[in-house]
Amino acid sequence: MTQTIQIVQKIMNANDTIAENNNQKLEQNKIFSINLMASPGAGKTSFIIKTIKLLPNYVRVGVIEGDTAPVTIDSDKVSEQGVPVIQVNTGGECHLDAPMIENALNHLPLDDLDLIIVENVGNLICPAAFKLGTHANVLIASIPEGDDKPYKYPNIYRGLDVLIINKIDLLPYLDFHMDYFKAGVEMLNPGLEIFELSSKTGHGFDVWLKWLVQNISRPR
Amino acid sequence: MHELSITQNILEIATKQAELAGATKVTKVYLVIGKLSSIIDDSVQFYWDIISKGSVAENATLQFHRIEAELECLKCHHHYILENELIPCPKCGSIQIVFLTGEEFFMESIEIVN
Repeated sequence: MTQTIQIVQKIMNANDTIAENNNQKLEQNKIFSINLMASPGAGKTSFIIKTIKLLPNYVRVGVIEGDTAPVTIDSDKVSEQGVPVIQVNTGGECHLDAPMIENALNHLPLDDLDLIIVENVGNLICPAAFKLGTHANVLIASIPEGDDKPYKYPNIYRGLDVLIINKIDLLPYLDFHMDYFKAGVEMLNPGLEIFELSSKTGHGFDVWLKWLVQNISRPR
Repeated sequence: MHELSITQNILEIATKQAELAGATKVTKVYLVIGKLSSIIDDSVQFYWDIISKGSVAENATLQFHRIEAELECLKCHHHYILENELIPCPKCGSIQIVFLTGEEFFMESIEIVN
């Protein structure tokens, strides 16, 4: 006999449940964490390094590096800053998911950390679909990518808590219309927290770091 | 681009529900997918045919119910559908808009044989 069974279950349920567990684990350890997303070349790694360098010394940082292949260029650079780094090789997958973070958290000294930065795989589509359990979704957009990205990749902008506009020092040299870019962001995510900065010159980092330190210090 | 992991989730949910219902076979899987999810039906079906082999859901057909992304302008309350690129309200030009639909991504039901 054929019959139809009503289900109505979110397809991402399994991932989201593990993400929720990850979040609880981070909370229990009083760690603030960010999921850093961007297209390849937006400057994720140099942004992380600059952030680590400029944060007050008392903030203890750990980094989870997502890469699609066992290439350690990024994790080596971050390791040089003297912080614990776990590299997650996604085996060709285009994104990090909650089980990968669950595993990485088991290999980080959680007792000795205040902040975990997760560097997601460089991609504007897939990472948006997978919750990790981190506290804030942060996207780095960069000036050379062009001002039309919110219009072309609406989904990733919808789920953001913070937007970083990087390489702001290149504005005079490129046809990037900030008003057009920000109008797209406003349509997708009204009132989104935006920081304009340059990882090269350090310009704008004071405001970003103030936001970050406030969130790290928030009682949890 | 992440259709393989999505398809694995779909298979997991379908086989679990089939088991709970004491099904001998799953014949159809009904999925509801919003336009903003960037999932390609053909690609999901392609992976499905491979990974469902040997399971209770082998040869089941995937039915995709696509939901458009409908936007509402908060200024003039005009409703419009997101076609390709995101655009401001086509009637009054406002960027104060809300998404009413388009972010759905769930399994609605399965058809089984007992």
